[in-house]
Amino acid sequence: MTAILWQLVQVVLALATAPLVTGYVRFVKARLNGRRGPSVLQPYRDLYRLVQKEAVVAHSASWIFHAAPYVVFASAWLAACLIPTFTTNIFLAPAADLIALVALLAVGRFWLALAGMDVGTAFGGIGASREMLIASLAEPAMLMVTFSLSLVSGTTQPAQIIAFVLGGNVGIEVSLGLALAAMVMVAIAENGRIPIDNPSTHLELTMVHEAMVLEYSGRHLAMIEAAAMVKLTLYMALIACLFAPWGMAQPGADFPAIAIGMASFMLKLFVLASGLALFETAIAKMRVFRYADFLGGALLLGLLATIFLYVSEAV
Amino acid sequence: MLQALSYDLAHLIGATVLMAGFGLLYQRRLFAVLNTFSFQALALAAAAAWQAHVQHAPHLYFTAGIALVFKAMIVPFALHWLVERLGIHRTVETALSIGWTMIIGVALVALSILLVLPVTAKAAALTRESLALAMSVVLLGMLMMITRRNAVTQVVGFMALENGLILAAVSAKGMPLVVEISVAFSVLVAMTLFGIFFFRIRERFDSLDLNYIETFRGDRQ
Amino acid sequence: MRRAQPGGWAPMLIAAALLALPLLSLFAIFAGRKDATHGVVYAGAFLCSVALISAGLEHLGNHWGPPALVLPFGLPWLSAHFRVDNLSALFLLIVNVPAAAASAFAVGYSHHLPERRRVTPFYPMFLFGMNAVLVADDAFVFLVAWEFMSLASWLMVLADHRSSVNRKAAMVYLTMAVFGTFCLLPAFGLLAGGGGDYTFASMRLHSLGPLAGALVVLLALMGAGSKAGLVPLHAWLPLAHPAAPSHVSALMSGVMTKVALYGLIRILFDLHGHVGWQWGAAMMVVGGISAVMGVLYAVMQDDVKTLLAYSTVENVGIVVIGLGLAIAFKDDGEKSLAALALVAGLYHMINHAVFKSLLFLGAGSVIAATGQRSLAALGGLLKRMPWTGAAFLMGAAAISALPPLNGFVSEWLVLQSLFKGPAVPHWAMKFGVPVVGALFALAAALAGTCFVRCFGIGFLGRPRSVEAAEATDVTFGMRWSMAALAGLCVVLGAIPVRITDALSVVVQPLIGTGFAVSSDLGWPFLSPVSNTRGSYSGTVLVMVGLSLFGIAIALVHRLGTRATRAADSWDCGTPEDNPATQYTGQSFAQPLRRSFGATIFRARESVVMPQPGDDSPARHKATMIDPIWTGLYERLARVVDAVAERVNRMQYLTVRRYLLMMFCTLVFLLLVVAVRQQQ
Repeated sequence: MTAILWQLVQVVLALATAPLVTGYVRFVKARLNGRRGPSVLQPYRDLYRLVQKEAVVAHSASWIFHAAPYVVFASAWLAACLIPTFTTNIFLAPAADLIALVALLAVGRFWLALAGMDVGTAFGGIGASREMLIASLAEPAMLMVTFSLSLVSGTTQPAQIIAFVLGGNVGIEVSLGLALAAMVMVAIAENGRIPIDNPSTHLELTMVHEAMVLEYSGRHLAMIEAAAMVKLTLYMALIACLFAPWGMAQPGADFPAIAIGMASFMLKLFVLASGLALFETAIAKMRVFRYADFLGGALLLGLLATIFLYVSEAV
Repeated sequence: MLQALSYDLAHLIGATVLMAGFGLLYQRRLFAVLNTFSFQALALAAAAAWQAHVQHAPHLYFTAGIALVFKAMIVPFALHWLVERLGIHRTVETALSIGWTMIIGVALVALSILLVLPVTAKAAALTRESLALAMSVVLLGMLMMITRRNAVTQVVGFMALENGLILAAVSAKGMPLVVEISVAFSVLVAMTLFGIFFFRIRERFDSLDLNYIETFRGDRQ
Repeated sequence: MRRAQPGGWAPMLIAAALLALPLLSLFAIFAGRKDATHGVVYAGAFLCSVALISAGLEHLGNHWGPPALVLPFGLPWLSAHFRVDNLSALFLLIVNVPAAAASAFAVGYSHHLPERRRVTPFYPMFLFGMNAVLVADDAFVFLVAWEFMSLASWLMVLADHRSSVNRKAAMVYLTMAVFGTFCLLPAFGLLAGGGGDYTFASMRLHSLGPLAGALVVLLALMGAGSKAGLVPLHAWLPLAHPAAPSHVSALMSGVMTKVALYGLIRILFDLHGHVGWQWGAAMMVVGGISAVMGVLYAVMQDDVKTLLAYSTVENVGIVVIGLGLAIAFKDDGEKSLAALALVAGLYHMINHAVFKSLLFLGAGSVIAATGQRSLAALGGLLKRMPWTGAAFLMGAAAISALPPLNGFVSEWLVLQSLFKGPAVPHWAMKFGVPVVGALFALAAALAGTCFVRCFGIGFLGRPRSVEAAEATDVTFGMRWSMAALAGLCVVLGAIPVRITDALSVVVQPLIGTGFAVSSDLGWPFLSPVSNTRGSYSGTVLVMVGLSLFGIAIALVHRLGTRATRAADSWDCGTPEDNPATQYTGQSFAQPLRRSFGATIFRARESVVMPQPGDDSPARHKATMIDPIWTGLYERLARVVDAVAERVNRMQYLTVRRYLLMMFCTLVFLLLVVAVRQQQ
């Protein structure tokens, strides 16, 4: 029963904190650039403003264009509901493991790419083609990270991995460090952050994610922006829960433990968001044709993480 | 528990050296290669210092010092200055594409793990991991030497190889003459560097005479 | 006819269908001139398929012991044996469900085929051959049926023989088919030993020495593997599958490859029984390479049917990864893991048969509506052909392994068994499994890219040719056959536990233990081994996902406005109505071509810009080679040519030289006899 309660809390929490995280990242980036920057709550206002506006749809668009924003948003939100954030005792935990999570995000990406190609402009094609290149390397890297985690903990369910780590069975493993590095690279690529993609660019030829959604406006754009924010929060929550699960409440925990779980989750989001802002400010965006090197590196790091487990006798 | 932690930390630092080795293979710009090499030497210094602390072997602090001062600061700075002065091409020329180089690198790491595991079956897991890491760094250094066309990057590869040997030496408990070996290798590297650059200078200017070379400075025309 | 055991209606239905199919062929040959014949023949084939489906379902459902049937045909000292066991019954379903859909499709589609009189007579024979392979219980029937299958499909590949591309395709196909049988013959010979009894029952009892055993595995892999499409023996697939008419391609790609894999499973798991783990590891590596190479080739293709054929190579690779894992686990005694891997492989075979046929039928609809096969001439078809488009989208989503459809479930199971791979205590496996896992993951991700490209360029955007702009959707029968397959994709993804339970029954006699799904969480959850190990529920995800979808729509419409306005697309201020400005298939694949293709395919691009003042167009040229074709096949062909040149000289010898040859042969044989007598 409590599992359902915490699941509902998580559903609301995932949606409610997502714009805050994005707003905070923009705020820190602005300050690091020497600007005052918009308020941390600005993304909420942006989303509200967008849904009030009329949606302009191109003549050549089909039903996919209309349906895609909702599918993308629903898949991102669903994925965010499946990751343990402040407690592992959530109702939907057995419905999907890490592999299913990756595939769920792939659903969103599939529809977004199709939406980009739907109108029949060159920009949509640019976005879709680059996004699929990134996906075709980032997804395997993520699966290799899952492989190492599953070899270490014997399971692919996030809740069980957390239970294993919190049970004190794992020391500081080189493999986990490598897996963390690979996962961070994948997270950067999947969320379209620098150095893969500049989320605030206005030049179409440098766009990846923005190019796919160039035609969207009004409530459709609001859904897609919201989906991107939820996805960012989701990846941060995933990194936090898999590699730094301390503070999380386990099944059967009482209310103080839940409160500690919430607080530690917020703290982890804060740290990761600050880190992301710092990293984005320090590095320049890379050329499209270097994506394969970067993400191939992530894939090889994931592979190395798996191989290293043998030498450290953790397997 | 504390011992396990100290071993874990040693392996973590060793893994950083290995990652820097991969980083060396990944870079396409010469200055980035030099910076990555500094980072690798820094990590090596940290590894040597940590081993000095854990093994209670103070002479390893000297090795750490040599790695820090000579390899992390002096050599990269000198190479940086030489590259600028001689106008050497700043992109790394590769004999094999970077993707394939990285794949071969991973295969070499797998090879060294495969080799180390049966040989040290009786030894503790900690020695195995350090040996595997060190051997991987050596092999990656060699890989860098054979897949790069530029003399500077080949020298950096050689020094990376040497970093791997030093890592192995400091990780093995009670290895004698580590400091002496470090100094000897450093002198060897310095001589090699000088040799290469004198060769290039002579090739470019047809003379090693500094008076003659100085007439090529822009402000004297 | 003797009956060994009662088996319900299944044997009767199978026998009736297998007798009816050749009769349908004869009917098509003699009554070919009338238009209605084609419809009748395909309808008849549909009914036979349905009969076979019922037989398969009945057999699996009732768990009858395998009834055997011996017919008085065959070699003089051997009758023809037929047998239906659980594996055959499963494959009867895998073969006949797409066959039924394709037959229903062909009733309408055959009107669009100018060469249909050369296709219809051989179609029932093709079905006959495939089904007879599945129920064969001795090597003779197996191989004769195999040959029927190959030859019938070859004749259909050659239906439009005026095109030189098709003739080349048929030539390559025939060569590879002959090669396949050439490998299978000695394999069966070795399995039977010297006894002369070629029934499968005796092969099971005969034990093989190590050399013979290894040879059997190698020959089976080459023979069945070439028919299934394993790299490097896949080269005929992308030539032959596109050359045949679409309903035939659907069966060749979706079903005939499964029959080949059936042969592989039958030989490796049933008849041989003791395959070493090294072969399993080798199969995994070959499967992984096939998967990646297949999808990389697919991503570069513009011809829709060639793209789908290469995608088949990828999926066969995935299945073989599962089979290899099963063999490795079985050899090490990890029976439950072997069962998991084999169930994963079988499930993927079912899924692939369904969605590949769906995709090919969709391609057939597009070709029927537009006459175009190349992505460079399609576009905007979703608005003109909504049913075909929706069905193709479903197939594309299924093959890209998106939850909650069926493709995801089987790939999830393969991944779960891969993650357990390091349990095998051999270092080659411990290092090989992560590498194969990386290859598999790469192939799965690239498949998504491939089908986003195929569907996006082909069906979305603006039409790139007049034919695409004027396309209309296909007829009732064609639509519904595609819709049925699409519905099956959804169903197979929604009830994975039922399917794995059924597959467990199939796997039990081959591995020695069944496949257990942990029932702690209940029927919606697929949780192999144990529910803490990893679980997935498509139904729960869909239900929650749909509710979140609904909440999102409700929220948006409550907080905002529902107003929509139609306008032109964003054009940066320079209106350009030409559909040639949108992305083409080659543009979409360019980042992949540059990243992956530069080394593997030696992909090079060049742009020739005209001089200022010159108003000729700029030209962009992209070249690629097929490394396996030039590296292996062309080289082999050159060697064969050279040897043939030399041997050809024997045609022009003098009479005296011929007599000399005969004399030498005679003397040699007498020597051999003399030497052997001494021993």
